[in-house]
Amino acid sequence: MEFAEHGAEAPKRLGIGEYLVRHLREYGLLFALITIMVFFQIVTNGTLLKPVNVTNLLLQNSYIIIMALGMLIVIVSGNIDLSVGSVMGFVGALAAVMIVEWEQSIAVTVVTCLVAGGLIGAAQGYWIAYWKIPSFIVTLAGMLVFRGLSLWLLEGQSLGPFPREFQMIANGFVPDIFPSGLSQGVADLLGARRVNMLSLSTGLVAAGLITWMGMKSRAQNRAYGMDLEPLAFFYARIGITSLALIFIFYKLSTFRGLPNVLLTMGVLAIIYAFFTERTVMGRRIYALGGNEKAAKLSGIKTERLTFLAFANMGVLAAVAGMVFAARLNSATPKAGFALELDVIAAVFIGGASMSGGVGKIVGAVVGAFLMGVLNNGMSIMGIGIDYQQVIKGLVLLAAVIFDVYNKSKQA
Amino acid sequence: MTALLEMRSITKEFPGVKALDTVNLAVKQGEIHALVGENGAGKSTLMKVLSGVYPAGTYDGEIHYDGALAEFANIAESEARGIIIIHQELALVPLLSIAENLFLGNERAIGGIIDWRQTNQRTESLLRKVGLSEPPSTMVDKLGVGKQQLVEIAKALSKEVRLLILDEPTAALSESDSQALLDLMLELKTRGVTQIIISHKLNEVRRVADTVTVIRDGTTVSTMDAETDEITEDRIVRDMVGRDMADRYPERDRRAGGMLMEVRNWNVWHPLHTERQVINDISLTVRAGEVVGIAGLMGAGRTELAMSIFGRSYGRNISGSIEMRGRAVDVSSVSKAIDAGLAYVTEDRKSLGLILEESIQRNITLANLKDVSRNAILNEAKETRVAQDYRKALNIRSPGVFQKVMNLSGGNQQKVVLSKWLFAHPEVLILDEPTRGIDVGAKFEIYGIINDLSAQDKGVVMISSEMPELLGMCDRIYVMNEGTFVGELTAQEASQERIMSLIVTE
Ligand SMILES: Nc1ncnc2c1ncn2[C@@H]1O[C@H](COP(=O)(O)OP(=O)(O)OP(=O)(O)O)[C@@H](O)[C@H]1O
Ligand SMILES: [Mg+2]
Repeated sequence: MEFAEHGAEAPKRLGIGEYLVRHLREYGLLFALITIMVFFQIVTNGTLLKPVNVTNLLLQNSYIIIMALGMLIVIVSGNIDLSVGSVMGFVGALAAVMIVEWEQSIAVTVVTCLVAGGLIGAAQGYWIAYWKIPSFIVTLAGMLVFRGLSLWLLEGQSLGPFPREFQMIANGFVPDIFPSGLSQGVADLLGARRVNMLSLSTGLVAAGLITWMGMKSRAQNRAYGMDLEPLAFFYARIGITSLALIFIFYKLSTFRGLPNVLLTMGVLAIIYAFFTERTVMGRRIYALGGNEKAAKLSGIKTERLTFLAFANMGVLAAVAGMVFAARLNSATPKAGFALELDVIAAVFIGGASMSGGVGKIVGAVVGAFLMGVLNNGMSIMGIGIDYQQVIKGLVLLAAVIFDVYNKSKQA
Repeated sequence: MTALLEMRSITKEFPGVKALDTVNLAVKQGEIHALVGENGAGKSTLMKVLSGVYPAGTYDGEIHYDGALAEFANIAESEARGIIIIHQELALVPLLSIAENLFLGNERAIGGIIDWRQTNQRTESLLRKVGLSEPPSTMVDKLGVGKQQLVEIAKALSKEVRLLILDEPTAALSESDSQALLDLMLELKTRGVTQIIISHKLNEVRRVADTVTVIRDGTTVSTMDAETDEITEDRIVRDMVGRDMADRYPERDRRAGGMLMEVRNWNVWHPLHTERQVINDISLTVRAGEVVGIAGLMGAGRTELAMSIFGRSYGRNISGSIEMRGRAVDVSSVSKAIDAGLAYVTEDRKSLGLILEESIQRNITLANLKDVSRNAILNEAKETRVAQDYRKALNIRSPGVFQKVMNLSGGNQQKVVLSKWLFAHPEVLILDEPTRGIDVGAKFEIYGIINDLSAQDKGVVMISSEMPELLGMCDRIYVMNEGTFVGELTAQEASQERIMSLIVTE
């Protein structure tokens, strides 16, 4: 074998073709997202990327993305959670009842809702982890139970409205901390009516961070002899991602600035990406999903991890529930109906494997965006909900088929 | 004799690895042909090319079979021509009966309805041919590995086999099961079945093979013919590793220091059949620097003993005490056992030892993430360094430490499991069949590692079905039978005969 001679690790520079084949999945996803965005931008005559629509797109998908973070962990651990839509609806109803009927303060309500979500997740996780009851069954039961409980809590009616402060969770914007003189100057320079400097600078910082981290990990990969991404690819990927970020944040800045939800979502996504990729516990979850018996024999407390994965999912469903209720300014018995399917689809489109052990936070987020852009674009075009369902279903199927095909080709 | 099979300059590449580089192999009609070589030399890959697992077009070179060019697109096509492969990992469905397994995908049926009478009759006659007397309705998971192996062969015989390929068939078998299997191979030969056997057990190769082909680093280095050449183990070894190997077991200063581990009155009951006692009142000691062997036949309870000690990973109602360096320790969970200084290298690396989808690096550090992290945050640079050190020390053949373990050859996977537990820095390392499926050169390396541990005053418990290995390596050997220790022999006293007689007389 050729490597036998090398002995030590000599970093190999792969040909572009070979590299592409090996990393087709990651590029494929990014490429698909871009293609779909360009397509809708054209067929909607530019409506898709109008500042107001970009803001809407983010707000509309925030709760799916928030739940996709937890769902990724559940799926990587080798399980599934079908109850998140119902739990989300239930927590929204709980918030409405507490604020509107019981007149509790927002702080008390938010804390109670988060605890309730955690307890619900923990209760389901208990049966799954310690009693080894399949997660499909337990959470299917949970889905029915909490759908029923929200109906009961709301007595079949919608409940609202919420006070302004609560609505801010979903509909508020982070105030611009830069002096207005500066904003006006930049706006004139860019020929826009107004520019929110906080939003624009966040975009620039994010782009800078992505470039810096990309460079750093490339240097590390070189040092440790991993596959080196061809330079052209590296620059193209970093360049496109950075430009896209700056572009999105610029669009936001010419509307109302940085939505509160985007901030919450962004911070959560970064925390979860760090957790899954860089912490001991994150690593153990992948091991658990990859081979539970081997993980157990390596000293990993597999039951506890499974339990925590579901408890965490419950907390995130609660966050999503509050965001959703705040956005609609009311809690309805139908809130979150069938949403678990969108969340699960986002995770699988993002490249997670049904058998567990494989998947990334970035993938899940991009997967959720992809679904979101599809939803939004088709709605703008006036495509009926019937066709929308069909198309979304086919996209999910295509993504998974692509995965399976890709894997069989590499074997 | 004419050639039944000729593989000409076969080349097969995986991303980053040239597994086969212009390999030639010629197999004569009616012979037993042995294929030997180091771990990762490309033996299994060559057989997968032959049987259509890797279809025509995914490799370079030509296969001539039975006088014609063969280009198999899948396994079904090669099977239709009588080429049957029994893979390194057994492929029976554990919860189906023997009869159902034998005719899986090839059911005896009339109009879509299974003809059980014919199925059972055929099964019985096939089982007789391989020397099994189990009823056809026995569930496969009730059979030991040895018998499962025979069922695999019976399955091959049910399909008009002309060329039977056995990839390390005796790796998991006991001495007597191996003998039975080799006898069966010789008998099949008299009935005209051509066979290819891959094995790391050179005495077996010498016993059955008419021709031996050695491959090294993906190319053919030599072919020996029993009729014209004298096939000796030394000669095979020389061709395999590319140099002479004087000793099979490296030297060690044998010494036993203070008491390291003491297990007293260990009792374990079966996890499901709660009335069955699997381990009966066993006491075991390991001194610092000592290598202690546990000999016994398959099913004697050696693995069960080891796993029950290692964090109660097997059995229920476990009683008994364990002391490390004179202090009682709690080993009631795997993580506690690891903290107490124990490590257990499983005999079943695929399902209990490895996360196949993950990289070499991630597998090696899994049991000791503490040492590659700070405040629960991983230091990946350090992790990579650790993995690279072990890759070098144990000579793991791969393009790098980021290769998925799934893509490694069997022997190299074993080295990854071993690395994982060495990195956990145990006081007492329990090895369960540590050299199963490992080539002679790598065995020597592993023995060297055992000696290093001993030199650092660690203790090693070695469970092995290869008696020469126990005799060559251990300071003391416990002999186990039906869940109890039936004897204890020092290195001077021990011999193959004495161990066997202890087992038999009980
Ligand atoms: N699917 C794959 N992807 C990448 N590399 C592979 C794949 N399958 C095998 N290899 C590599 O090809 C080489 C030959 O592997 P193979 O399994 O044929 O070895 P082997 O001779 O059977 O070894 P052993 O005695 O350990 O079973 C090894 O270096 C292995 O890592
Ligand atoms: Mg092999």
